[in-house]
Amino acid sequence: MKKIEAIIKPFKLDDVKDALNEIGIKGMTISEVKGYGRQKGHQEIYRGAEYVVDFIPKVKLEIIVDAGQAPQVVEKIRESAYTGKIGDGKIFVFPLEEVIRVRTGERGNEAI
Amino acid sequence: MPQIQGGDTAFVLIAAALVFLMTPGLALFYGGMVRSKNVLGTIMQSFIIISVVSLEWIYVGYSMSFGPDVGGLIGNLSWMGLKGVGAAPNPDYGPTIPQTVFMIYQCMFAVITPALITGAFAERMRFGPFLLFSLLWTIVVYNPVCHWVWGAGGWLKAKGVLDFAGGLVVHLTSGAAALAAALVLGRRKGYGKENFLPHNLPMTLLGAGILWFGWFGFNAGSALAANAVAGTAFVSTHLAGMSGMAMWVLLEWVHRGRPTTLGAASGAIAGLATVTPAAGFVSPNSAVIIGLLAGVCCYMAVNAKGKFGYDDSLDVVGIHGVGGLLGTLCLGLFATKAVNPGGADGLFAGNPGFFGVQALAVSIVAVYAFVVSWVLLKLVDVLVGLRLPREKEIEGLDLSEHSETAYNA
Repeated sequence: MKKIEAIIKPFKLDDVKDALNEIGIKGMTISEVKGYGRQKGHQEIYRGAEYVVDFIPKVKLEIIVDAGQAPQVVEKIRESAYTGKIGDGKIFVFPLEEVIRVRTGERGNEAI
Repeated sequence: MPQIQGGDTAFVLIAAALVFLMTPGLALFYGGMVRSKNVLGTIMQSFIIISVVSLEWIYVGYSMSFGPDVGGLIGNLSWMGLKGVGAAPNPDYGPTIPQTVFMIYQCMFAVITPALITGAFAERMRFGPFLLFSLLWTIVVYNPVCHWVWGAGGWLKAKGVLDFAGGLVVHLTSGAAALAAALVLGRRKGYGKENFLPHNLPMTLLGAGILWFGWFGFNAGSALAANAVAGTAFVSTHLAGMSGMAMWVLLEWVHRGRPTTLGAASGAIAGLATVTPAAGFVSPNSAVIIGLLAGVCCYMAVNAKGKFGYDDSLDVVGIHGVGGLLGTLCLGLFATKAVNPGGADGLFAGNPGFFGVQALAVSIVAVYAFVVSWVLLKLVDVLVGLRLPREKEIEGLDLSEHSETAYNA
């Protein structure tokens, strides 16, 4: 099993979700996060005072999949989150030890 | 024998309610500009003043401000607890309305004035010492200046100084006190390094809207009668507010490349504050010019703050101090008896003497308010300490002073 984390542009969330739905991904967890990478921050001006805001809003997706499906999911996220402009985000893939469904106690792939 | 007029009484009562609403409006205006950890503490500083100053007003303030004159400097305390202040009109203070109505209308002015100062020491002052300072300030700065300018027998009034609705009494006193407060308290922790981003500008814009609405009561109501002067003041108020907003937004658009919502709100308040002393004494065209000048001068003052390095956090000096000063001088330029025969002719109507009197009043009130505020702040600081300890400032006013948080999602 793999855990896939993707940091994407917030307005791309629906596209990514729809694309993953098409390949049968039935669940995900998202959070609103802030961060920066190559995109850096932006400037804001309040009554003439300039502030550099380093952390830009992003959405983080967490998806648990069978190890075999991971490359396809990564590819789908890349396609659907892509704009070609700096700041499109990153995808991280982690090995995952165990998944347990709270309600039934199912474990492993059964619980995904 | 003065005769109570129902129309005038109803008008001034409604105006009093409008001015009252400005203090909660100010709370929102300021509250949106601070960081989210300080929003309740900031709102509370305006709200609680409604209680503190209203009490002060009933028992001491009204008598000191408007009571029987002592040497032109102060009213005596014979009207303490509103003794003798009843339904009968006072010929000096609205001859067609009950004196109680005048008293409560003026109460709302006394309330909002110290509330204005809170923007200067936002995000770093302890609650108790803030209350003590505000109470003392109202007694030794607001009441005397109010008496000098508006009280029967007041020495500036006797010199011919005019202040229609509080350019000197409200905006210049609070602006000068704000400068003293910013200097005595020092900068917020992280000044120049951290970003002090406003946490909720829609709240600030709502506050600005409420302030503007209330300002019609503040200025038009100062005619103390539902008459032509009230109409003049109402029109001036709106015209200066809108031209202040337009000018500020235009300037920042050219200067910084973006028109901002905070700029729009700031420009409107600058225009409204600046026209306050002049509202009932100038023509509509003059009001537009006053608003445009307010946009320019207050924008420049707020931008210059960074160069001086004091942390007047929410720009009370740049907007209310400069606005009150500019407006009082503008009245000296633009006043004309053609608009209000009860007023005066200013420089442009061929009377340079009146401009001189206004300039004198500005210097005296600014210096008095600054010096006494500075002394009071130092005194309260020595007695109980004004400033939050470092870790509490980092935690924020809401938790450290009030054990609350504004947003619990």
